[in-house]
Amino acid sequence: MPKDSGIGASSKRREDVRFLTGKGKYTADISVKDQTFAAFARSSVAHGRINSIDIAAAEAMPGVLAVLTGEDFAEVGGNPAGWLITSRDGEPMKEPKRSPLAIGKVRHVGDAYAAVIAETAAQARDAVEALDADIEELDAIVDMSEAIENSDNLVHDEIGTNLCYDWGWIEDNKAAVDAAFESAPHVTSLELVNNRLSPNAMEPRVSIGDYDASTGDYTLHTTSQNPHVTRLLIGAFVMGIPENKLTVIAPDVGGGFGSKIYHYGEEAVVLAASKKINRPVKWVCDRSEAFVTDAHGRDHVTKIELATDKEGNFLAVRTETQANMGAYLSNFATVTPTFLHGTLMAGPYKTPHVYVNVKAVFTNTVPVDAYRGAGRPEATYSLERVIDKCARELGIDQLEIRRKNFIQPDQFPYTTPVALVYDTGDYDATLDKVAEIGDLAGFAARREASEAKGKLRGLGISTWIEACGIAPSALVGQLGARVGLFDAATVRVNATGSLAVMTGAHSHGQGHETVFAQVVAEKLGIAEEQIEIVHGDTSKIPFGMGSYGSRSLAVCGSAIVRATEKIIAKATKIAAHMMEADAADVVFENGNFTVAGTDKSKSFGDVALCAYVPHNFPHEELEPGLEESAFYDPANFTYPAGAYACEVEVDPDTGEVDVVGFAAADDFGNVINPMVVNGQVHGGVGQGIGQALMECVVHDGNGQPLTGSYMDYAMPRANDVPSYVVDHSCQTPCTHNPLGVKGCGEAGAIGSPPAVVNAVIDALQSGGINVTHVDMPVSPSRVWNAIQAAK
Amino acid sequence: MPDINLTLNGQAVSGTVENRTLLVDFLREGLGKTGTHVGCDTGQCGACVVHVDGVSVKSCNVFAVELDGSKVTTIEGMANADGSLGVIQQAFQDHHGLQCGFCTPGMVMTAAALLKENSDPSEAEIREYLDGNICRCTGYHNIVKSIQAAAAEMNASPVAAE
Ligand code: FES
Ligand code: FES
Repeated sequence: MPKDSGIGASSKRREDVRFLTGKGKYTADISVKDQTFAAFARSSVAHGRINSIDIAAAEAMPGVLAVLTGEDFAEVGGNPAGWLITSRDGEPMKEPKRSPLAIGKVRHVGDAYAAVIAETAAQARDAVEALDADIEELDAIVDMSEAIENSDNLVHDEIGTNLCYDWGWIEDNKAAVDAAFESAPHVTSLELVNNRLSPNAMEPRVSIGDYDASTGDYTLHTTSQNPHVTRLLIGAFVMGIPENKLTVIAPDVGGGFGSKIYHYGEEAVVLAASKKINRPVKWVCDRSEAFVTDAHGRDHVTKIELATDKEGNFLAVRTETQANMGAYLSNFATVTPTFLHGTLMAGPYKTPHVYVNVKAVFTNTVPVDAYRGAGRPEATYSLERVIDKCARELGIDQLEIRRKNFIQPDQFPYTTPVALVYDTGDYDATLDKVAEIGDLAGFAARREASEAKGKLRGLGISTWIEACGIAPSALVGQLGARVGLFDAATVRVNATGSLAVMTGAHSHGQGHETVFAQVVAEKLGIAEEQIEIVHGDTSKIPFGMGSYGSRSLAVCGSAIVRATEKIIAKATKIAAHMMEADAADVVFENGNFTVAGTDKSKSFGDVALCAYVPHNFPHEELEPGLEESAFYDPANFTYPAGAYACEVEVDPDTGEVDVVGFAAADDFGNVINPMVVNGQVHGGVGQGIGQALMECVVHDGNGQPLTGSYMDYAMPRANDVPSYVVDHSCQTPCTHNPLGVKGCGEAGAIGSPPAVVNAVIDALQSGGINVTHVDMPVSPSRVWNAIQAAK
Repeated sequence: MPDINLTLNGQAVSGTVENRTLLVDFLREGLGKTGTHVGCDTGQCGACVVHVDGVSVKSCNVFAVELDGSKVTTIEGMANADGSLGVIQQAFQDHHGLQCGFCTPGMVMTAAALLKENSDPSEAEIREYLDGNICRCTGYHNIVKSIQAAAAEMNASPVAAE
């Protein structure tokens, strides 16, 4: 019988009621009394020298209150990179300063060089048009190889190179990896592009800065996945505002997918402008602006080689990647292609030798950072594509080649050659499961049916693993992280036994308000309805690191469990006092405290009331009140894994690809709310199919983006994706967090792109068309051209 | 600046707008009805869908002045009279047809328009009809399921469908 509440129940989401009735409070929905509006002047060239900006005409426009330029920020700090990467030669990465508004040069189309504040949004926009900026266009640096070779034309003149770093993982293993390739009986190699994506959370970014001159307090309402991180970045690095004077509030947020992790210059500008004019300043991003300012994702060019014996046993993997940073280092841009990518290059396989090289490159394009999956989709794509190619070369079945290389259940904990320690897993189980739910046995018949219609049908497999629930602070600190990656929760029990849980994690679609309540309800044996989840406001929540990297439940959920355990420990003492028993004899079960072996019992509500009406407490031993906090820093990453099977039909005459079936079997460890987990997988797979077949940010040779709206950037719509068959019944619980959970948010986006592309190749090969690779997005024209070339 | 009068979710409302004021801005800024969302600036995403005189319309694509005298229904007008969720809204909650909720008002309004035109749509018809609505969170699977469930519910008890 499925449970109807607590852990394991598909509790309906409580947040849905406000979203379904138009009562959600997104940042754009907030109006602050006396608010004014900001609009930004943005570069129309990819690379240019700012000779002058004449603001006089704009200042004279109706309603204009202030004009800010980069000079207003010359004295403050820059927006920092959150992770220091060290190059192979021991040198630290190059880290140019990033000002909220450009100073001296503009470095990508959309780079903001001025802001106008006016009474209305329309007036602010009109005044931006009146700004007279003399920007001398320079040659744009767009191609990564050219950027590395050409040291005369630099995105950042002061660092003397366009190369941010040249990273090797693990450098000491390189010689052994090269030796393994020298002697390998078979080597498969593949060059591929991991296409640049625009995250496109449906809610564009919005920020409202509000400075109170009477107190010196700043309040920032903003679309953030991690309000405390944003506060820290603005306070400590960019603007020098003491944290006690800055409150960051991220209310309902309409999706993030990584793009709302980062601090963006607009946030600093609305705060500075608010102080300057002594009124609140609101900025609402357009979608067109979002395309050229929200950090993009992916954008890798990779050469991968796989060495095997003749039977397809993996001997070594070697990769060389160019990773585009864009024009500036967004906060977590540097870690994405390195520690979130290189460390995953072993996959779920026991490959003994792995070496990864990544060169990160500045170009005159929009900054690139973590986007759903962040590095792990890139690793999985390279690996699963080269394995597929290798299987074809050696004539080995695509399931079989994976099975023979899987790390086996009795090998855990398993240390990979790229320095991760996988705690648990059973990769055969998820592969068996996907074969079952995807009815792979029936594939041959379905292929025949497709062929009868003149279509080619392909089956693509991908078996993926990720390191998520990031992460142990001690480990990431050693690797260069400039932040801790714990999370935090406070449980406040009210006098009548209801309670509020304040979380460092932020919900922007994940359903925390429901799921976290399920966890606490289970632990305390009380109804979910008695529990309120509070998130998003730094003045209310403890200092936690927010939500990204599939970490909310694994890290913040663990903090919630720890805080709840502290509540139970204290409540047990209070109950013992109430029942005049020894605390050691009091047991807590199903929401009641009982003295073992007696019929003495107190409900959780009774104990809570007593905590706040402590008339005869022994105050030396027992404090009144019932409120506890916990900070949880995990011992390791978590390692969800799974197996995906995609079926496509390809029209050989037009190159059109139709995804006709998609099955996903995942191991997320224990699952709190199966309905929510299914939804996360659906969404991730939808984005992965988008990457594989449709989406790509394209710049021309001058750095002009050609994909600046939904007219040009192909977002997956309902008709572009199939119904998905998903399963998460294979469960090897995480061994090191109290819930045994692993994280599910990114899985779909990690595992699906290679499954789709492998299916396309399989379809073409089945028609005798010898195409071994097509780069994403696998558009009809690319497929058609590949077919023609193979003829 | 012109004055306009219209019926919003059954109530008479009025306001003064600029000629260039879009309906969505009039609803959000002028009337404080922020349930209707703006997800793009090219009429592509459907977050802004409302009904005007019973027909679904992208409210970012019409000027408020054009609507003088019209009947407009927004997501705020979709609940039952007692405040409980309407059939479509309830189906979205039951089938997890939303995550961040940003596309949701437009999805619900579009679903309502579809079910008015076609009381028993197939999965393919639903997917086709949602062509003008983008959701980045759900991968559409549960949105389709929600709409199918709402159709089934309405067909089972036609009164509720009203
Ligand atoms: S806001 Fe109207 S279609 Fe996007
Ligand atoms: S639920 Fe987030 S965009 Fe649809």
